[in-house]
Amino acid sequence: MDIYLPIANLSVNALVMIALGAGVGLLSGMFGVGGGFLTTPLLIVYGIPPTVAAASAASQVTGASISGVFAHFRRNGVDTRMGTVLVIGGVLGSLFGAWLFRLLQQWGQIDTTIAITYVLLLGSIGLMMLKEAVGAILVARGRRTAPPRRRRHHPLVASLPFRMRFYASGLYISPLAPLLLGFFTGILTILLGVGGGFVLVPAMIYLLGMSTAVVVGTSLFQILFVTAAATMVHATTTKAVDIVLAALLLVGSVAGAQVGARFAARARPEYLRLALALMVLLVAGRIALGLGWRPDEIYAVELAS
Amino acid sequence: MRRVALLLLAAPLLMAQGKPVLVPDVSQRQIDIAYSFTGAELLLFGAIVFPGGRLPVGDKRTDVVVVVKGPTQSIVIREKEKVAGIWINAGRLRYRSAPSFYAVASSRPLDTLVDARTRAIYELGLDSLQLSPASAAPSDVQDRFTRGLVEQRTRAGLFYEAPRAVEITDGVLYRARVSIPARVPVGRFTAETFLIRDGRVLAVAVREIDIRKSGFERFVAQAADRHEVLYGGAAVLLSVLLGWGAGRLARG
Repeated sequence: MDIYLPIANLSVNALVMIALGAGVGLLSGMFGVGGGFLTTPLLIVYGIPPTVAAASAASQVTGASISGVFAHFRRNGVDTRMGTVLVIGGVLGSLFGAWLFRLLQQWGQIDTTIAITYVLLLGSIGLMMLKEAVGAILVARGRRTAPPRRRRHHPLVASLPFRMRFYASGLYISPLAPLLLGFFTGILTILLGVGGGFVLVPAMIYLLGMSTAVVVGTSLFQILFVTAAATMVHATTTKAVDIVLAALLLVGSVAGAQVGARFAARARPEYLRLALALMVLLVAGRIALGLGWRPDEIYAVELAS
Repeated sequence: MRRVALLLLAAPLLMAQGKPVLVPDVSQRQIDIAYSFTGAELLLFGAIVFPGGRLPVGDKRTDVVVVVKGPTQSIVIREKEKVAGIWINAGRLRYRSAPSFYAVASSRPLDTLVDARTRAIYELGLDSLQLSPASAAPSDVQDRFTRGLVEQRTRAGLFYEAPRAVEITDGVLYRARVSIPARVPVGRFTAETFLIRDGRVLAVAVREIDIRKSGFERFVAQAADRHEVLYGGAAVLLSVLLGWGAGRLARG
């Protein structure tokens, strides 16, 4: 069933796109991630122009995070104060990201930058997750005792001025730290079409030292607003949001996410984290290989502005 | 086909001149891109009207070449090089105008019909495209980039040669099929028909074809271009509603 994408200017198989969305949605429901880090590379592999892929994947993450945000609100799992600071940082970051995007596009280095950023981010975070998951599995099997849990923010964070209280997170820190964190993930959202949950969640736990009860809900809250803002930024600057592509991905992913969430309820969390870590490393490895292999197309044609 | 019949009836009026005349037509003057658009097939056909209505005698064959060109674009070609182990865009060359689509169909291979100079004049064949680089670069670099452009577009199905794709019936009627892939840009396409005999171009005729988005696709493309904020808002609203709706359904 072929369908023409009016912004990408090509026709795709609608069922393949829905299946792709469903697959990513299934994983996002299982692991509690937005899945943008899978959608964008897969769309590029399928032949969608990278800009359209990143711009349209962001709206799929919006759809994937919304029901999670509601669920966490119902059980008081969102620190709205912290979330608001993160969102402000994220919106500023997405505006900066749009500027950076255009600059890299002019230099002709946008594709390489996207690929290298993916490899570095996914590679390092995948390794961290792998280490943590293997440790957790060993603890669960009784071969090792759990290390004492320290919940303290990073000394750098403590040294920042203008401290304020974040009651739900149990923190008294400067809002500059979450603002910077939000800013950084905002850039990632624009460049890569990812929500940035895989950066936010570890940073909130290990850098800010937030109470784990509100970490996932607050990160979803930030992702919801920042991906929505990123869609708006893309729509007004790169004009690369393909609403037909986004709709196909969304239909698949929102359905897949519900199925994935049921799976997750039955699976053991440390094994889920191990699987996610391996998958993240696999994607990073595939992109890294792509950078080193001789590409099929040595020459690329783009429209001059 | 009715048009061809009419043209044939009118043919005696056109026969007073000394040179043969081409009477070309295309199956579609306008191609609409709708949701199920996966490309189109154009039928280019017409008649060759010889002076006096007589087929020329002798062993020289009359050949027909049809060239379909898409709207020209101002483009940048980037060349990848391996730098520190990874392939990145290194060189670039700008072209002020390059066709977005180029298909040439002929009744016999082009190099057997006309010499290189004539091919260059009429831009017949992928090796004879006249692309004008906007940046000053040595000619061997220009050639390399031009070859790169042709290769890239050939692989994408946007440039191709179809020797022997033009059928000529009884020396007077010709027809050729040219397929247009879904990836073409919208705009005005031209279909040029060349009548060639004895290494010379005897007649040229041009028809225009408009390719445009229609219906919903046109609406979406225009909305994205002119009402960016509303369009972005619609995309956000769609994702919020679908995500929220699925969550509600799943909870029952």
